[in-house]
Amino acid sequence: MSRRFDAVTAVDRFSLTLAPGEFVSLLGPSGCGKTTTLRMIAGFLTPSEGTIEMDGRLISSPASTLPPEKRGMSMIFQSYAIWPNMTVEENVAFGLEVRRLPKSEIAIKVQRILDVVQMRHLGGRYPQELSGGQQQRVALARAIVVQPTVLLLDEPLSNLDANLREEMRYEIRRLHDEFQITTVYVTHDQAEAMVTSDRIAVMNQGRVEQVDEPRALYARPRTRFVAGFIGRTNLLDGLVRGAEVAFDHFAIPRRRFPEAEALDGQVSFSLRPQSILLHRQPPPASEGAAVIAGQVVQRAYLGEHWDYTVRPVGGALALRVTARPHEVFEMDEKVWLELDPRQMARLQPE
Amino acid sequence: MTDAAAVARRWRHLDKSVFVWLLLIALLLVLVINPLARLLWASFQHPETGAFTLENYAAAYGRWRYIEALINSLVVGLAAAVLCIVFGVPMAWAVSRTDMPGKGLVWAAVLGTFIMPNYLGAVAWILMAGPNAGRLNRAYSALTGAAAGPFNVYSMTGLVLVIACYSFPYMFVFTRSALDLISSEMEDAASTLGAGALRTTLRVTLPLALPAIMGAFIVEFLEAIALFGAPALIALPARFQVMTTMLWQMFEFPPRVQVAAAYSMPLLLITVFLFWLQYRLIARKGYVALTGKGGERRLVRLGPWRWVLLGYCLFVTSLSFFLPMLVVLQAAFARAWGRGFSLDNLTLRNIRFVLIDQPATRTATPNTFVYAAAASLIALGLALAIAYIVARRLVPFGRALTYVAMAPFVIPGIVLAIGFYAAYTSKPLVLYGTAWILILAFATRFLPIAYTNSDAALRSINPELEDAARILGGGRLLALRRVVGPLLRRGLAGAFILVFIPATRELSSAIFLYTTGTQVLSVLLFDKSDEGNFEVLSSMGLILVVVTVVLVLIGFRVVGRDFLLRRTAT
Repeated sequence: MSRRFDAVTAVDRFSLTLAPGEFVSLLGPSGCGKTTTLRMIAGFLTPSEGTIEMDGRLISSPASTLPPEKRGMSMIFQSYAIWPNMTVEENVAFGLEVRRLPKSEIAIKVQRILDVVQMRHLGGRYPQELSGGQQQRVALARAIVVQPTVLLLDEPLSNLDANLREEMRYEIRRLHDEFQITTVYVTHDQAEAMVTSDRIAVMNQGRVEQVDEPRALYARPRTRFVAGFIGRTNLLDGLVRGAEVAFDHFAIPRRRFPEAEALDGQVSFSLRPQSILLHRQPPPASEGAAVIAGQVVQRAYLGEHWDYTVRPVGGALALRVTARPHEVFEMDEKVWLELDPRQMARLQPE
Repeated sequence: MTDAAAVARRWRHLDKSVFVWLLLIALLLVLVINPLARLLWASFQHPETGAFTLENYAAAYGRWRYIEALINSLVVGLAAAVLCIVFGVPMAWAVSRTDMPGKGLVWAAVLGTFIMPNYLGAVAWILMAGPNAGRLNRAYSALTGAAAGPFNVYSMTGLVLVIACYSFPYMFVFTRSALDLISSEMEDAASTLGAGALRTTLRVTLPLALPAIMGAFIVEFLEAIALFGAPALIALPARFQVMTTMLWQMFEFPPRVQVAAAYSMPLLLITVFLFWLQYRLIARKGYVALTGKGGERRLVRLGPWRWVLLGYCLFVTSLSFFLPMLVVLQAAFARAWGRGFSLDNLTLRNIRFVLIDQPATRTATPNTFVYAAAASLIALGLALAIAYIVARRLVPFGRALTYVAMAPFVIPGIVLAIGFYAAYTSKPLVLYGTAWILILAFATRFLPIAYTNSDAALRSINPELEDAARILGGGRLLALRRVVGPLLRRGLAGAFILVFIPATRELSSAIFLYTTGTQVLSVLLFDKSDEGNFEVLSSMGLILVVVTVVLVLIGFRVVGRDFLLRRTAT
């Protein structure tokens, strides 16, 4: 589906199929169309083109859209949207009341879900009396208690401080494992997406760049954008010349690449900083790796690791290399870089 | 898929609340568009045949005394607006930027001025500066031994002064809110470059507030030319006319609606044009100081001059509030106001007469408050619904609705009344002669106040609160009832009071639309003015003021101290 606002195309030919019980994240920078997509799924927005189906039933199309209240979904908002005029219990009970459940059953369900999110002791409080994290838990309880067909989360953790955010990521995944609700999670934080999701759809400028499991996304990014957005990386542009792939002032034998036959013409790779090894002496020749000489041009000690920038001799390219804390190299020191072509992820041509 | 199934699905998917919105939009058309359209149409309509004609315009501008009234209006408007600057700007600067003492008192006096209806102010000024008997004249005679005092309120000057006294609070509020937003750093920047306090104020502070002052100047001018009460009480005895009094005379039996419609066109056009200009002035982006955050502010130390400034503030508010209030109180409780302040002159007879004995006020008093309450509720309900429709983009032409809801803001009350008269005295919808025409005219007149307040209240609520109710299965109307409604309550209480207060004292539209049995206090007060019974007039005015004060105090409690003179009017 697509969605345009006047001349601006916010979502451009988005296509995704969710399996029942699956947790999928929409990940991308702000303005990439992920929230618009989510609001289309929720029924707050009508697609300009394309359709949304749920269990084989058409629920959104440019001609008509099933209103949000008839979709049986629930959503967690960036602002939590906890109603300040109702207590915690009243907030949580709202969806059940709308569904006309008997009062006794509502009371039981509310207490049970408040237990699950560890908020039972605060049931009588008003939202203003809760901390951000507690409000977040109320929002989760309110959304889950109705057993929605799909749970939608719109940057739910962006208003929390860093520690709490980390805790809540695991909490959200725990709740998913417990209730197995099909979930769409919108975030711009890759760590959030990787902790919570079965699959991640990386979005950029309204389009889906890649949909994959978190590990595959990191190890095998398919586009420059994905490679740069998920973690840090080095982008290497090369040209296939006979038996070699020539880069900026160094070359790697073509046969060392996986799928060597497919390489042709202009090629680009993503290589993670921790996949490059640094040596003070030339390492013994090995079958897999390529060794090139370079010079340390910038370094920073970050406690958990060293962050080096190394420039291959004669080249303009600067490679980021992550090394363990005890691997100390001085500024301007001459070093040898060991690159493993099997770690280099081939990117689609732009 | 078959067509029938597709239609069925579209129906199922349709948000049914759309019908409610359409109904409200229709009501808006009845209230705003139809009267305006009928006014315009009437101005081109032959009184007998109903055919298209330009005769009405010829009649309206064919006589010198009609033109003269128009010129008088412009002169009075300009002079009053200038006087408002003289009154309002120094006070605003004193309260906002200086260490002048007694700011609370000055503020309260401005509020008091704002609460006094202009026609009551006019009555008070007649008591104060009427030739011979006026208190100021008698005080002058007593002091100097002269036979007669120099003051005469029945003059162009008197009218200008009275109008300025009761409209300068706008100037004060506009200027003050602009000054409040100018950071001291702006002034410090001038000081560090060697400018003294006076130069800094004149070259930096006031110029930064200039767009606001200009905007207020335009508002004051428009207020002055659209005013009916004070001019009718003062200009008519002084034997000169302004546009509004002329329009009123055109409505003397038999009413010449078509000519009045034609005659009101310049008033309408000037108003629309100047409000547009004012909007542009305020919206100018060059004055960053007025759009950004305030930043730190320090007060200018005035030294001994602060007493001079306080003296000036008290002088102005004496003219507008303290003295008029005093004479009104005295007259309301006096057997004969001319006998002055003495114990044996005190009586509750007037109040009793107004509240209980006089049949006309016995109906007018409840009428006033019932109509005002009904008008406030209608205006508020409609405004809220329109603001909601626009904010949530429920219909494709939302911006246009905003303009329609705000349009009465640029229609002088008197013109609106003529439009209502033209639209609802004949079939298909005859409202003239019923209370509804007054209620609906009041509702329309104050719709913009209701709209700006509803809009602000609505914007303070995160739409996600409502989305959350909907995604959990509540329809839009349920979300409104359970979530949005309860959250709006406080904001709407303030808005209700802000509409109710002007509706209780509205004169300029009521005077054209009332009939026997639907009189309100303002109309009655005006009607009784030519009998010269100032004790009764003062009592009626006092009742209005007391009710207003009570409402304002409730407003303070419920909504907060600044709700009344907030700059939400534009």
